[in-house]
Amino acid sequence: MLTCKQFLTELTDFLDEKTTSEIRGKLERHITECPNCWVICDTTKKTIQVYKGMESCTIPPDVHARLMAAVERKMASCKK
Amino acid sequence: MNLAAATSGSGYLPGSTRDWSTTGPPLSRSSADSAVRPLTGGGTVFPFRTMPQTAASAWTWENGALRDMATDTVAAAFAADADAQEPEAPDDEVSSGGTAVAEVSRVAAPGSEAPSDELDLIARARAGDGAAFSILIGRYEGKIFRLAMNITQNREDAEDVLQEAFVKAWEHLDQFQGNSKFYTWAVRIAVNQALMKLRKRKSDRTISLDEQIDTGEDMVIREVAAWDPDPEQRYSRDEINGILTEAIDGLLPIYRTVFTLRDVDGLSTEETAEALDLTVPAVKSRLLRARLQLRDKLTRFFKRKGDDAFAYM
Repeated sequence: MLTCKQFLTELTDFLDEKTTSEIRGKLERHITECPNCWVICDTTKKTIQVYKGMESCTIPPDVHARLMAAVERKMASCKK
Repeated sequence: MNLAAATSGSGYLPGSTRDWSTTGPPLSRSSADSAVRPLTGGGTVFPFRTMPQTAASAWTWENGALRDMATDTVAAAFAADADAQEPEAPDDEVSSGGTAVAEVSRVAAPGSEAPSDELDLIARARAGDGAAFSILIGRYEGKIFRLAMNITQNREDAEDVLQEAFVKAWEHLDQFQGNSKFYTWAVRIAVNQALMKLRKRKSDRTISLDEQIDTGEDMVIREVAAWDPDPEQRYSRDEINGILTEAIDGLLPIYRTVFTLRDVDGLSTEETAEALDLTVPAVKSRLLRARLQLRDKLTRFFKRKGDDAFAYM
């Protein structure tokens, strides 16, 4: 039986599905018996999913314009 | 964002013998009802009294917060992995434009795929095609700007970093060997530029993304409460975006950066390590801390209605 602290140390690999099947089995068994770790695991997984759905970032038009101007200056001065 | 999809689902983990994804774990018990309590809806008896032998040995109250007693042990384990030969972040302009750029010859680890036309665009840009390079800029400028903001926390500095990163990328494009994704390579340049900005701002101390900040506080679990199945229904889209942004902005830069690259941008752990010049174990330890801290912050907003934190203790 894993302890909660052992579960926590494996949580990232567990959520990323990077654990061996043996360890995964132990982790899965642990969360069926420990409500605290189930909650931590479930809400951490949801946290990741929520952020995965974040809208892609866009930069303000003036920032983009200054970036392109800077790159074009470099291109002009450093022809390949 | 599809919060509904993120918070629903028929099962939590494949192979789990007990599925609490729809019901949550057993409801909280009163002090008079501490022996056995049935699972909600399932009729199964959950032997609560047997659980605390595990849980109570690992979780305890401390200064008004639920503290994982594993923290010290976990922190010690993380300190050990962080001690394990973390490479120094490049610390000068030469390394950011030279060493760091040249080191991309390492074999890229599997991760999200770059667009199929990327190698062609890079080849054209390397031959002097500015239009091709502009397409690459358009593809990644937003992410690089967000990364720069994450590290510098300053819009003006972030804009400088953005410009310097792409100018250097153009300048050193012939050193890009195509073994890693262009984005990973660009991130590495941008991170170096951002760290240089921080050093200039705080010239009295060295700044790096791999510095030790093992206070233990960052592993404290304060909120243990199941989330509402549809928490987004309580908030507007703007409110959700605000909640997510505020939570991530509350992280320390090293956690914010690792989390953004790994979980928002979708780089693999290996690619994140390469981009930030960290070891894989160091990325994993920072990622775990970032995820736990964000989970903790979001629980305040998303926890199941009427479900008190610490209900399961």
